[in-house]
Amino acid sequence: MVRNITNFGRNGVSDWVIQRVSAVILGVYFVGLLGFMLLSPDLGFAQWQALFSATWMRIASLAALLALCAHAWIGMWTVFTDYLTEYMLGPKGTVLRFVFQAASVLLIFVYLVWGVQILWGL
Amino acid sequence: MVSRISSDCGRELVVTLTAPVSGLHLNWLPVKDNRPKNLDLYTVRFPLPAITSILHRISGVFIFAGIFVLLWLLSESLTSESGFRNVQEWLAATPVKLVIWAILAGLLYHLIAGIKHLVMDMGIGETLEGANIAAKLVVVFSAIAIVLAGVWIW
Repeated sequence: MVRNITNFGRNGVSDWVIQRVSAVILGVYFVGLLGFMLLSPDLGFAQWQALFSATWMRIASLAALLALCAHAWIGMWTVFTDYLTEYMLGPKGTVLRFVFQAASVLLIFVYLVWGVQILWGL
Repeated sequence: MVSRISSDCGRELVVTLTAPVSGLHLNWLPVKDNRPKNLDLYTVRFPLPAITSILHRISGVFIFAGIFVLLWLLSESLTSESGFRNVQEWLAATPVKLVIWAILAGLLYHLIAGIKHLVMDMGIGETLEGANIAAKLVVVFSAIAIVLAGVWIW
Protein backbone atom coordinates (compact mmCIF):
# COMPACT_ATOMS: atom_id res chain seq x y z
CA MET A 1 0.00 0.00 0.00
CA VAL A 2 1.23 3.45 -0.89
CA ARG A 3 0.17 6.26 1.41
CA ASN A 4 -0.89 9.62 -0.04
CA ILE A 5 1.84 11.72 1.51
CA THR A 6 3.75 12.73 -1.62
CA ASN A 7 0.94 13.56 -4.01
CA PHE A 8 0.45 17.14 -5.18
CA GLY A 9 -2.85 18.31 -3.75
CA ARG A 10 -2.91 16.13 -0.62
CA ASN A 11 -6.08 14.35 -1.68
CA GLY A 12 -7.34 12.55 -4.74
CA VAL A 13 -10.15 14.92 -5.68
CA SER A 14 -7.84 17.93 -5.51
CA ASP A 15 -5.26 16.15 -7.69
CA TRP A 16 -7.99 15.12 -10.13
CA VAL A 17 -9.16 18.73 -10.55
CA ILE A 18 -5.64 20.22 -10.74
CA GLN A 19 -4.61 17.60 -13.32
CA ARG A 20 -7.52 18.56 -15.56
CA VAL A 21 -7.30 22.33 -15.15
CA SER A 22 -3.54 22.24 -15.85
CA ALA A 23 -4.20 19.94 -18.82
CA VAL A 24 -6.54 22.51 -20.39
CA ILE A 25 -4.02 25.34 -19.81
CA LEU A 26 -1.20 23.28 -21.34
CA GLY A 27 -3.36 22.16 -24.26
CA VAL A 28 -4.45 25.71 -25.14
CA TYR A 29 -0.87 27.02 -24.82
CA PHE A 30 0.62 24.19 -26.92
CA VAL A 31 -1.98 24.45 -29.68
CA GLY A 32 -1.70 28.25 -29.69
CA LEU A 33 2.09 28.21 -29.94
CA LEU A 34 1.99 25.48 -32.59
CA GLY A 35 -0.57 27.50 -34.54
CA PHE A 36 1.59 30.63 -34.36
CA MET A 37 4.60 28.72 -35.70
CA LEU A 38 2.53 27.11 -38.47
CA LEU A 39 1.14 30.50 -39.53
CA SER A 40 4.54 32.18 -39.61
CA PRO A 41 6.74 29.99 -41.82
CA ASP A 42 9.49 32.60 -42.22
CA LEU A 43 9.70 33.46 -38.57
CA GLY A 44 12.59 35.75 -37.64
CA PHE A 45 14.35 36.49 -34.37
CA ALA A 46 12.71 39.92 -33.94
CA GLN A 47 9.17 38.53 -34.27
CA TRP A 48 9.99 35.54 -32.03
CA GLN A 49 11.49 37.71 -29.30
CA ALA A 50 8.68 40.25 -29.54
CA LEU A 51 6.17 37.44 -28.98
CA PHE A 52 7.85 36.07 -25.85
CA SER A 53 8.64 39.46 -24.33
CA ALA A 54 5.04 40.70 -24.63
CA THR A 55 3.39 40.90 -21.21
CA TRP A 56 0.36 38.79 -22.16
CA MET A 57 2.66 36.08 -23.55
CA ARG A 58 4.80 36.13 -20.40
CA ILE A 59 1.64 35.65 -18.33
CA ALA A 60 0.46 32.84 -20.60
CA SER A 61 3.89 31.18 -20.58
CA LEU A 62 4.17 31.43 -16.80
CA ALA A 63 0.69 29.93 -16.45
CA ALA A 64 1.72 27.09 -18.78
CA LEU A 65 4.97 26.60 -16.84
CA LEU A 66 3.18 26.38 -13.49
CA ALA A 67 0.55 24.09 -15.03
CA LEU A 68 3.37 21.91 -16.37
CA CYS A 69 4.91 21.63 -12.89
CA ALA A 70 1.63 20.59 -11.26
CA HIS A 71 0.65 18.29 -14.15
CA ALA A 72 4.04 16.56 -14.24
CA TRP A 73 4.07 16.11 -10.45
CA ILE A 74 0.64 14.48 -10.46
CA GLY A 75 1.41 12.35 -13.53
CA MET A 76 4.76 11.11 -12.28
CA TRP A 77 3.30 10.44 -8.83
CA THR A 78 0.51 8.39 -10.40
CA VAL A 79 2.91 6.33 -12.49
CA PHE A 80 5.47 5.76 -9.72
CA THR A 81 2.91 4.85 -7.06
CA ASP A 82 1.36 2.35 -9.48
CA TYR A 83 4.50 0.53 -10.58
CA LEU A 84 7.31 1.28 -8.12
CA THR A 85 5.68 -0.36 -5.12
CA GLU A 86 6.50 -3.12 -2.64
CA TYR A 87 3.68 -5.13 -4.18
CA MET A 88 5.30 -4.99 -7.63
CA LEU A 89 9.00 -5.01 -6.74
CA GLY A 90 9.37 -6.18 -3.14
CA PRO A 91 11.08 -4.17 -0.40
CA LYS A 92 13.20 -2.21 -2.89
CA GLY A 93 10.01 -0.77 -4.40
CA THR A 94 9.72 1.93 -1.75
CA VAL A 95 13.36 2.94 -2.16
CA LEU A 96 13.08 3.09 -5.95
CA ARG A 97 9.86 5.08 -5.74
CA PHE A 98 11.50 7.57 -3.40
CA VAL A 99 14.52 7.95 -5.72
CA PHE A 100 12.38 8.41 -8.86
CA GLN A 101 10.00 10.82 -7.16
CA ALA A 102 12.85 12.88 -5.78
CA ALA A 103 14.45 12.98 -9.25
CA SER A 104 11.20 14.07 -10.91
CA VAL A 105 10.60 16.78 -8.28
CA LEU A 106 14.16 18.02 -8.86
CA LEU A 107 13.59 18.11 -12.63
CA ILE A 108 10.30 19.97 -12.14
CA PHE A 109 12.14 22.54 -10.01
CA VAL A 110 14.84 22.90 -12.68
CA TYR A 111 12.14 23.48 -15.34
CA LEU A 112 10.45 26.10 -13.16
CA VAL A 113 13.61 28.10 -12.43
CA TRP A 114 14.93 27.73 -15.99
CA GLY A 115 11.58 28.69 -17.51
CA VAL A 116 11.30 31.82 -15.37
CA GLN A 117 14.88 32.74 -16.33
CA ILE A 118 14.06 32.34 -20.03
CA LEU A 119 10.90 34.44 -19.77
CA TRP A 120 12.34 37.27 -17.66
CA GLY A 121 15.89 37.18 -18.95
CA LEU A 122 14.92 38.70 -22.28
CA MET B 1 -2.54 -20.27 12.15
CA VAL B 2 -6.10 -21.35 11.49
CA SER B 3 -9.19 -19.29 12.07
CA ARG B 4 -12.81 -20.22 11.62
CA ILE B 5 -15.14 -17.72 10.00
CA SER B 6 -18.88 -18.23 9.66
CA SER B 7 -20.07 -17.37 6.20
CA ASP B 8 -23.42 -15.81 5.38
CA CYS B 9 -25.13 -19.06 4.52
CA GLY B 10 -24.26 -20.71 7.81
CA ARG B 11 -21.54 -23.04 6.58
CA GLU B 12 -18.21 -22.82 8.30
CA LEU B 13 -15.22 -21.69 6.26
CA VAL B 14 -11.73 -22.71 7.30
CA VAL B 15 -9.04 -20.26 6.26
CA THR B 16 -5.36 -20.81 6.84
CA LEU B 17 -3.40 -17.64 7.33
CA THR B 18 0.27 -17.47 6.49
CA ALA B 19 1.06 -14.10 8.01
CA PRO B 20 0.62 -12.61 11.48
CA VAL B 21 -2.89 -11.33 12.06
CA SER B 22 -1.58 -8.14 13.63
CA GLY B 23 -0.33 -6.85 10.27
CA LEU B 24 -2.29 -5.30 7.43
CA HIS B 25 -5.20 -7.35 6.15
CA LEU B 26 -3.27 -7.53 2.85
CA ASN B 27 -0.98 -10.03 4.57
CA TRP B 28 -3.81 -12.52 5.07
CA LEU B 29 -3.29 -15.03 2.32
CA PRO B 30 -5.64 -18.02 2.30
CA VAL B 31 -3.58 -21.08 1.36
CA LYS B 32 -6.40 -23.45 0.53
CA ASP B 33 -7.73 -21.65 -2.49
CA ASN B 34 -8.86 -23.76 -5.40
CA ARG B 35 -9.95 -20.90 -7.62
CA PRO B 36 -8.30 -21.07 -11.06
CA LYS B 37 -5.62 -18.48 -11.61
CA ASN B 38 -4.43 -17.04 -14.88
CA LEU B 39 -1.51 -14.78 -14.21
CA ASP B 40 0.35 -15.57 -17.43
CA LEU B 41 0.26 -12.08 -18.91
CA TYR B 42 1.25 -13.39 -22.35
CA THR B 43 -2.09 -15.17 -22.57
CA VAL B 44 -3.96 -11.96 -21.71
CA ARG B 45 -4.66 -9.82 -24.74
CA PHE B 46 -4.77 -6.11 -24.04
CA PRO B 47 -7.88 -4.48 -25.51
CA LEU B 48 -7.32 -1.27 -27.53
CA PRO B 49 -8.45 1.09 -24.72
CA ALA B 50 -5.82 -0.51 -22.44
CA ILE B 51 -3.12 0.05 -25.09
CA THR B 52 -4.11 3.68 -25.65
CA SER B 53 -4.18 4.17 -21.87
CA ILE B 54 -0.68 2.80 -21.28
CA LEU B 55 0.58 4.84 -24.26
CA HIS B 56 -0.90 7.93 -22.61
CA ARG B 57 1.27 7.21 -19.56
CA ILE B 58 4.38 6.36 -21.58
CA SER B 59 4.01 9.50 -23.71
CA GLY B 60 3.54 11.54 -20.53
CA VAL B 61 6.79 10.32 -18.99
CA PHE B 62 8.55 10.76 -22.35
CA ILE B 63 7.46 14.36 -22.93
CA PHE B 64 8.28 15.22 -19.31
CA ALA B 65 11.90 14.45 -20.26
CA GLY B 66 11.46 16.01 -23.74
CA ILE B 67 10.55 19.37 -22.18
CA PHE B 68 14.26 19.63 -21.34
CA VAL B 69 15.12 19.70 -25.07
CA LEU B 70 12.31 22.15 -25.86
CA LEU B 71 13.34 24.54 -23.05
CA TRP B 72 16.94 24.32 -24.27
CA LEU B 73 15.89 25.30 -27.81
CA LEU B 74 13.61 28.07 -26.53
CA SER B 75 16.35 29.45 -24.29
CA GLU B 76 18.94 29.48 -27.09
CA SER B 77 16.50 30.90 -29.66
CA LEU B 78 15.64 33.84 -27.40
CA THR B 79 19.14 34.80 -26.25
CA SER B 80 20.23 36.63 -29.40
CA GLU B 81 20.01 36.84 -33.18
CA SER B 82 22.93 34.39 -33.46
CA GLY B 83 21.31 32.05 -30.93
CA PHE B 84 18.17 32.02 -33.07
CA ARG B 85 20.27 31.16 -36.13
CA ASN B 86 22.01 28.38 -34.14
CA VAL B 87 18.64 26.80 -33.40
CA GLN B 88 17.66 27.09 -37.07
CA GLU B 89 20.88 25.30 -38.04
CA TRP B 90 20.36 22.54 -35.44
CA LEU B 91 16.80 22.02 -36.66
CA ALA B 92 18.08 21.51 -40.20
CA ALA B 93 19.99 18.37 -39.16
CA THR B 94 18.19 15.05 -39.59
CA PRO B 95 18.97 13.57 -36.10
CA VAL B 96 17.63 16.74 -34.45
CA LYS B 97 14.55 16.59 -36.68
CA LEU B 98 13.95 13.00 -35.56
CA VAL B 99 14.23 13.98 -31.88
CA ILE B 100 11.85 16.93 -32.35
CA TRP B 101 9.43 14.73 -34.28
CA ALA B 102 9.48 12.15 -31.47
CA ILE B 103 8.79 14.81 -28.81
CA LEU B 104 6.07 16.36 -30.97
CA ALA B 105 4.53 12.92 -31.54
CA GLY B 106 4.49 12.36 -27.76
CA LEU B 107 2.90 15.77 -27.19
CA LEU B 108 0.26 15.28 -29.89
CA TYR B 109 -0.64 11.78 -28.71
CA HIS B 110 -0.79 12.90 -25.06
CA LEU B 111 -2.96 15.87 -26.07
CA ILE B 112 -5.42 13.80 -28.11
CA ALA B 113 -5.66 11.00 -25.54
CA GLY B 114 -6.10 13.72 -22.90
CA ILE B 115 -8.97 15.31 -24.83
CA LYS B 116 -10.60 11.86 -24.90
CA HIS B 117 -10.23 11.73 -21.12
CA LEU B 118 -11.90 15.12 -20.67
CA VAL B 119 -14.75 14.12 -23.00
CA MET B 120 -15.30 10.89 -21.06
CA ASP B 121 -15.14 12.86 -17.78
CA MET B 122 -18.20 14.71 -19.05
CA GLY B 123 -19.97 11.38 -19.22
CA ILE B 124 -19.77 10.95 -22.99
CA GLY B 125 -18.95 7.46 -24.22
CA GLU B 126 -18.69 5.83 -20.80
CA THR B 127 -19.73 2.42 -22.10
CA LEU B 128 -17.70 -0.53 -23.34
CA GLU B 129 -18.67 0.30 -26.92
CA GLY B 130 -18.02 4.01 -26.38
CA ALA B 131 -14.59 3.32 -24.89
CA ASN B 132 -13.63 1.14 -27.87
CA ILE B 133 -14.76 3.78 -30.38
CA ALA B 134 -12.98 6.53 -28.42
CA ALA B 135 -9.75 4.51 -28.35
CA LYS B 136 -9.96 3.97 -32.14
CA LEU B 137 -10.55 7.70 -32.67
CA VAL B 138 -7.49 8.48 -30.53
CA VAL B 139 -5.34 6.15 -32.67
CA VAL B 140 -6.67 7.59 -35.97
CA PHE B 141 -6.44 11.27 -34.99
CA SER B 142 -3.01 10.97 -33.40
CA ALA B 143 -1.67 8.99 -36.38
CA ILE B 144 -2.86 11.77 -38.73
CA ALA B 145 -1.46 14.49 -36.44
CA ILE B 146 1.92 12.74 -36.10
CA VAL B 147 2.25 12.24 -39.87
CA LEU B 148 1.34 15.92 -40.46
CA ALA B 149 3.92 16.95 -37.85
CA GLY B 150 6.51 14.94 -39.76
CA VAL B 151 5.53 16.65 -43.01
CA TRP B 152 5.84 20.03 -41.28
CA ILE B 153 9.30 19.25 -39.87
CA TRP B 154 10.71 17.97 -43.20
